[in-house]
Amino acid sequence: MLSCDPISFLGSVDPKSGTVVEKGHALYGKSIKGKILIFPHGKGSTVGSYVMYQLKKNKAAPVAIINLETEPIVAVGAIISEIPLLDKLEKNPYEFLKDGDRVRINAGEGFLETLEKA
Amino acid sequence: MYLTKEEEQILNGEAGETLQKALEILVALGDIYGAEGLIPIKSAQIAGVSYKTIGDAGLEWISDLKGKVKVPAILNPAGMDLENWERIRIERTFAEKQKEIVRAYEKLGIRCECTCTPYTLKNFSVKSGDHLAWSESSAVAYANSVLGARTNREGGPSALSAALLGKTANYGFHLEENRIPTISVSVECSLKTSDYGALGYAAGKAIGSQVPIFYLNEKKERKKGKEKSKEEAATACPNQDELKALGAAMAASGAVALYHVAGLTPEAKKRKFEPPAEKLVIERSQLDEVYASLCEDSEPDLIALGCPHCSPAELKKTAELLKDKSVSKELWVFTSREIAKFYPEYINCIEKSGAKVICDTCMVVSPASNHYSCVMVNSGKAFAYVPGMCGAKAVFGSLEACVQNATGEKKKGEDFN
Repeated sequence: MLSCDPISFLGSVDPKSGTVVEKGHALYGKSIKGKILIFPHGKGSTVGSYVMYQLKKNKAAPVAIINLETEPIVAVGAIISEIPLLDKLEKNPYEFLKDGDRVRINAGEGFLETLEKA
Repeated sequence: MYLTKEEEQILNGEAGETLQKALEILVALGDIYGAEGLIPIKSAQIAGVSYKTIGDAGLEWISDLKGKVKVPAILNPAGMDLENWERIRIERTFAEKQKEIVRAYEKLGIRCECTCTPYTLKNFSVKSGDHLAWSESSAVAYANSVLGARTNREGGPSALSAALLGKTANYGFHLEENRIPTISVSVECSLKTSDYGALGYAAGKAIGSQVPIFYLNEKKERKKGKEKSKEEAATACPNQDELKALGAAMAASGAVALYHVAGLTPEAKKRKFEPPAEKLVIERSQLDEVYASLCEDSEPDLIALGCPHCSPAELKKTAELLKDKSVSKELWVFTSREIAKFYPEYINCIEKSGAKVICDTCMVVSPASNHYSCVMVNSGKAFAYVPGMCGAKAVFGSLEACVQNATGEKKKGEDFN
């Protein structure tokens, strides 16, 4: 799932369901639960890190995150929630991936492979 | 990032999951900001205490941690007065969650005095050059700028991680080269008390996350007068409370973590910085705009002082203004529990007027403020945060104007500053 907008986990994502509730957001009304979620970077309150943890505990978190360039809120949130996170890919993911593509990522070794195009 | 052998072992999980996660957080931040390694810290100050801000998400994470902090660590304000929460209409369910959060921190060995001015506490001293991991933005600005200590604006989880490890990632304001001013701010008017909050509010927006150096050019106004009175001479040199207000406001309307005042703050005195090329000029009219904020059709229904927490001197001044008077609306005065304990005479005098002295919390992080539609404050920081955090309008005025509004001596629009 690709979002062209940055994401503030506090206030923009419902921690119980994983649904994006920020009006006007590119993903408004969609659920990030169980997705490999691609967004440019995080924004907003540092409490966003805890919301990622809550999403994980509620089984409503994305299974992995890809940022163009991550920032502290999302980086910290990903660590405490054990959500694999990739950033600064060699190729811009917005140029070769589309919504609904199936990909596999390995955050430990830092690579992404496309399995199936939507 | 370079890690010692011991740090590598922690990162591999040999010291348990809590420390492993804590170090992963510091290493991730270090990688983002280009740190070469970790640096020992003297103390930590941890934000993310109010149930209103961190919610169940934060409570769950903190409760799941194990171990003890390695350096003195203290908490930011909670969402309520931990002893007297009922009188500011906090709901029982909130109070229980709030107490759970504080207990979870306490279990980790953290001191549970909840204050945004930890530098005033006994046994929590900060020395020039100390490396810290503090997260409350106004305390960060004060520690860096006024005390000459070194800390970044840590987030709640990273400050807590740093406390558990006794170290933080060595980047940003820990390094000498990042403490040089990058923008000069010329203030072309004389300043007194709450003007510093208004100045910080106005300047912070333009400064963003840069490091400003202030040039307080008061001579211009002074020349107009016939003689230099004692009072005017004193305004040339802001006191510690005024510096606290200035930094707090800039950290809220902008993201300032360190500022200098030429000829006054420790590093400006020691290092004699060249004025940066980028310049910002602040005139009286910009401060007047902050004071001119009004609650359109309504009078303030809550007056809130003490953001950051009142010092003894600020409590004394408030007590003097309230002496033999009674308030006709809610007037809340926030301070730390320790200061309230040491100065009962001020507290009694303030409360005798019908005002409430409230500890452990503030108007921004407590849901108590949500019952009101327009909050009058004498703090640039509160002025920046109240609209977004409390869903109320905010009005800015001097301490005197705030007290006069609360006692009914002056109403809206009658010379708020």
